[in-house]
Amino acid sequence: MTARRRLAALLVTAGSVLGAAALWRRRSDVGKEHVDVYFADGSMVTFGEGSDEAARLLPIARRALAHARG
Amino acid sequence: MEAPQALADLVEISAQIESAVLGSADGTVLGSTIADAERSEAVVREALALLEAAHGPAGEPTQAEATFPDGSFFVVRDDERLVAAVTGRDPTVGLVFYDLKTCLRLAGEAPEKPAKAAAAGGRRRKKKVDEEGAAGDGEA
Repeated sequence: MTARRRLAALLVTAGSVLGAAALWRRRSDVGKEHVDVYFADGSMVTFGEGSDEAARLLPIARRALAHARG
Repeated sequence: MEAPQALADLVEISAQIESAVLGSADGTVLGSTIADAERSEAVVREALALLEAAHGPAGEPTQAEATFPDGSFFVVRDDERLVAAVTGRDPTVGLVFYDLKTCLRLAGEAPEKPAKAAAAGGRRRKKKVDEEGAAGDGEA
């Protein structure tokens, strides 16, 4: 019985740690520069910082943002 | 609906959108919430450039969103027009895209024809006259 309780506690602890790590990782991605591109067939691609596509697309979008804000 | 009206509705409905520009596929500005014409043209130009640069194996992009720490830039296009918008940081992406698509759809709808509008107005006037007449009969 004690062994089963210990195993359950271990599983709950491990699940909590994994969930917290996933949440932290997700939160840390918010606000990072990236471009999401959506196509007519319903597909979507995300180009994050460091990719060649982002290096091409982000400056264009940055200029657009600057023009819009003056 | 006219482009300026569609844009006015857009910024009224969506509190997240700071400014928006409606343009044609060839880069002509059809309407803008930005007072400066040159800046509006530049936004449409960069929006077209962004979609062009994002062209991939899946074909021509229909919409795109670029996220920065201080705000986001959105662009949605159809066959004839595009609408580009700027928001503050951490916008509700799905909601902004929905509002931009609605704006694009409304801008694409033909305005009500004057003859049709006049006919509708005539019917309304006639009904009002009839009602007034009935009220007058009641009073007599």
